[in-house]
Amino acid sequence: MSNTSLEQKKFAMSNLKQYGMMVALFLIYVIFLVLSDGKNAAPMNINNLVMQNSYVVILSIGMLLCCLTANVDLSVGSVVAFCGAAAAIMVVDYHISIPLTFAVVLIMGVLVGMWQGFFIAVLKVPPFIVTLANMLVFRGLTMVILNGQTKGPLPQGFTQVGAGYMPQIFTQVGGTKVELLAIVAGVFVSVVFILLEMRSRKNKIKHNFAVPPIWQPIIKLAVIIAVLNFITIKLALYMGLPLVLLIMLILILIYSFITNNTVAGRQVYAVGGNMNAARLSGINTDKVMFWVYTNMGFLSALAGIVLAARNASATPKAGDSFELDAIAACYIGGAAVQGGSGTISGAVIGALVMGILNNGMSLIGWSVDIQRVVKGLVLLAAVTVDLYNKRKNS
Amino acid sequence: MAEFILEMRHITKDFSGVKALDDVNLTIKKGEIHALCGENGAGKSTLMNVLSGVYPYGTYTGDIVYHGEVCNFNNIRSSEKKGIVIIHQELALIPYLSIAENVFLGNEITPIKGIIDWDETERRARDVLSKIGMGNEDLSQMVNTLGVGKQQLIEIAKALAKEVELLILDEPTAALNDEESNILLELMLKLKEQGITCIMISHKLNEVSRVADSITVIRDGHTIETIEKTDKEIEEDRIIKGMVGRELTNRYPERNSKIGDIVFGVKDWNVYNPSNLKRKVINEVSLNVRSGEVVGLAGLMGAGRTELAMSLFGKAYGENISGEMKKNGKPLSLKSIKDAIDHKIAYVSEDRKRYGLVLPNDLKWNMSLSSLGSRFSKRNVIDENEEIHAAEDYRKIMNIKANSIEQIVGSLSGGNQQKVVLAKWMLSEPDVLILDEPTRGIDVGAKYEIYTVINSLADAGKAVIVISSEMPELLGICDRIYVINEGEIAGELKKEEFSQERIMKLIMNHIGREK
Repeated sequence: MSNTSLEQKKFAMSNLKQYGMMVALFLIYVIFLVLSDGKNAAPMNINNLVMQNSYVVILSIGMLLCCLTANVDLSVGSVVAFCGAAAAIMVVDYHISIPLTFAVVLIMGVLVGMWQGFFIAVLKVPPFIVTLANMLVFRGLTMVILNGQTKGPLPQGFTQVGAGYMPQIFTQVGGTKVELLAIVAGVFVSVVFILLEMRSRKNKIKHNFAVPPIWQPIIKLAVIIAVLNFITIKLALYMGLPLVLLIMLILILIYSFITNNTVAGRQVYAVGGNMNAARLSGINTDKVMFWVYTNMGFLSALAGIVLAARNASATPKAGDSFELDAIAACYIGGAAVQGGSGTISGAVIGALVMGILNNGMSLIGWSVDIQRVVKGLVLLAAVTVDLYNKRKNS
Repeated sequence: MAEFILEMRHITKDFSGVKALDDVNLTIKKGEIHALCGENGAGKSTLMNVLSGVYPYGTYTGDIVYHGEVCNFNNIRSSEKKGIVIIHQELALIPYLSIAENVFLGNEITPIKGIIDWDETERRARDVLSKIGMGNEDLSQMVNTLGVGKQQLIEIAKALAKEVELLILDEPTAALNDEESNILLELMLKLKEQGITCIMISHKLNEVSRVADSITVIRDGHTIETIEKTDKEIEEDRIIKGMVGRELTNRYPERNSKIGDIVFGVKDWNVYNPSNLKRKVINEVSLNVRSGEVVGLAGLMGAGRTELAMSLFGKAYGENISGEMKKNGKPLSLKSIKDAIDHKIAYVSEDRKRYGLVLPNDLKWNMSLSSLGSRFSKRNVIDENEEIHAAEDYRKIMNIKANSIEQIVGSLSGGNQQKVVLAKWMLSEPDVLILDEPTRGIDVGAKYEIYTVINSLADAGKAVIVISSEMPELLGICDRIYVINEGEIAGELKKEEFSQERIMKLIMNHIGREK
C-alpha cells in the first residue's frame, strides 16, 4: 500500500519537474499579456511568434543533441548565414530552380556538419574548439561569397518556406474572416493526442506496469488541447497555418521519436552520460559524435533557408548569435550541462521562452540592449534553479 | 589504562528520515590502530564523515569528545586544526602538481600571507617523505606519474605535514596489490610507534586482524561490538559473524563443476601499449576456458590482467594486437567491442562507476545498454515493454535492493550497482564472461551473492574468466587459475594444486627469471 502511494508520489514529482518550465512559459506569456495590453495575443502577433522563432526552434532541436553529449556547437549562426547566402546566390545570380537549390543547400549543410564531425570524431579535437574555429570560417566565407552585400530580393517561390502559408480556406463567421483548415487541424490534433494517451495507458495496464493516477493525464491533455486550440484559432483569425509551423512540428515529432524510442537516440544519451561505459557497452562513440554534428549541419542549413525566406534576402550578418539562443534554449529547457539528460520538448519550450520574451519586450518597447540583459538573467536563473533542485534531490 | 584520545557518544545521524547512524558509540585509545568493520552501507564512512566535520556540527546528534573536550566541527578544516585527518577512498591528489605541491596542498607554507616559500616547502616535504620511506623520491615529479600505491603514501605524507594525531584511512588498500598493501600496513605500524593514532576502515579482514589493536563492528547504523586484540589474533570468522549477523560457515558457495569442451581461447597473444607502441604489455599469452568452467587470472596489480582482458574484448585496449583467437573451435577475429558482444563475449570492467554504469540513469536503462541493438529493439526502435520486463526479471534474479527499476543507479550501494552491471551483461546472453574484480569494494553479503551468480552462470554452461586481486577469492570460486606476471603467463594451477603460497611462488619465480 505504502509502496503504491510512494510510487504515485514519485510520478507526480517527476511530472511536476517536467512541467515546471511549461508553467514558467505560461506565466511569462501572461505577464506580457498584461504589460502589452493584450497585444501579444493578437492574431498577427501569434503568427509572428511562430515565424520569428521557427529558426531558433529548428536549431535548438539539433543543439539539444550536442548538449546531450556535453558539448555545444558554436558555429550554427555562421553556418545558417553561409547556407542562406549560398541559396540566395544560386537562385538570384544563377537562376537555379528553387527545389534544386534547396536540395543542394541541405546537402551542403550535411557536408559542413561532416567536416566538423571529422575533426571532432576522427581527429579528436574538442568540439568547442572545432566549432569556434568554424564559426569564424563560415562567417568569413559568408562575407566573401556575398561580397559584404545583401543578396535579394528572393522570388516568391523561395520566401514561401519562411513566410508562406498552407492551403487556405477562408470563410465568414459572424462577420469575421476565419481560415477553416487551421481550426480543423487544431481539432484533429487534439483528438490524436487523446487517442495516443489512451493507447499508451491501456498498453501499460495490459503489461501490469505502474500508471499515474487518472487525473494527471486528464489535466495534461486539457492543458495541451487548450493551448493548441488557442494557437490554431488565433492563426485562423489571421492567415491560417504558416508553412514553417508544419516544418517545425514534423521536426519535433521526428526528433522526439529518435531521442525517445530509437537505439540511436539512446546511444546519444549514453555517450553524454558516461562515454567510457557507453564505449564498453559496444557503442561506437566516435560514430555517435560524428552524426550528432553532421545532423547539426543539416538543421543549420534548413534554418538558413527558412531565415533567408522570411527576410526575402540573405545578409552577411544573418544568424548572428543564433548559436547562443539555441544553446540557451536547451539549458533553459532542462538539458544537463554535464550531458546525458535533456529532451527535445524541453529545448523547444526553452526556445519558446526566449521567443516570447523577445516578442513581449519588443511589443512594450524595450530596447534590444535591455532585452539581452533580461534574456541573460533568465538563462542564469533557469540553470541555477535546475542545478539547485538536482543537488537537493541527490 | 591507556587514555582515550577520542570518544564518540550516542551519535545519531539521519538522511531525510532514514537513520544512517543510530546511537553509535566509539572509543579510541591513544596510540592504537582501531579498525572499523561492517558491510557496505553499515555506516562506517558516515561515522567518519561526522568525526571529520564533513557533516558539520548540528546535522547529527551526540557528542564528539576529543582529548577530553567536546568538539563541534563545522568543516574539515576545523577538525584538521585539531590534528584529525581523513584520507578518503578516492584519493584527493592533483595529478598535474608535483609531489611537494601535493604534500602541502591546502596547507601551504606562507611566511608572508598568500606567498609560498618554495625552499621551505621542499625542505619540509623531504622531511615528511623520509618518515614514510620515500625520502629518495624526486619531489618535483608530477603525482600522476606515480603508481596508486605511492599515491596512497603521498596522501599519508600530506596528513603528516598537517601534524596529524588521529589518522583516518578509508579503505586504504582497496586499490593496492598485496605488495603495496604490505608496505602501507608496515607504515601504519611504524606511525603507531611514533604515537599516531589510526582508525582504518577496511573490508580486508586479514589485514585488519594483522595490524589492528581493536576492532569495532558496525551493522545497520549500530555498533555491534568492540573486539580487543589480547594475545591471540582476532579471528576473521568472528568479525564476519558480527558484520552480517550470522555465521558465514562458508564464504564461497558450493558448486559441482560440470566442465565441458573448450569454448574460448587465445594462442600467442601479443598486445602493445597504445600510448607507447614500443612497450609490449602482453607477451605470448596462451590460455583457454571451457564451458562450465570458472578460470581465474591471478597476479599483482599492474601484471597486465585487465589489459589482457580488454584486448580480448574486441580490442578495447591495446595496439598491434597479434595472436590467434578461437571460439568453439573456429578462428575469430574481432574488430570492435560491438563485434565482441555480437560474438557473445562480455567484459565486466573493474571500475563500475567509471566504465560500467551511466550513473544518472535508472536501472532498466543501464541494464539494456549493451543489448539495445539486439534484444531490446526491432528495426532500431526500442521495445520499452520488453525492457521493463527484462529489468524486473533481473532485479528479482539478482536480488537488487532498489525501490523500482526506475531508480537512478547512482543512488544504489556498491554491491547493488555491481549487480546491475552483471545483469547488463547477462542480458547480452554471452557464452564467455570476463569479470574484472567483480567484488571490489562490496561487502561480504553482496560478495556471496555475486559468487552465487558466477556459479549459476557456470552451471548454465558459460565459460567464465575471473580477475581478482584477492587470492582467497580466486581459490574459493575457480576451477583453474592462470598466474599472470608482467604480461606473461607465469604458471597454471589446477584445483588440487590451489594455494596462496603456490601462486606467490609462481609470481616470485617469474619476477626472478632470467631475462
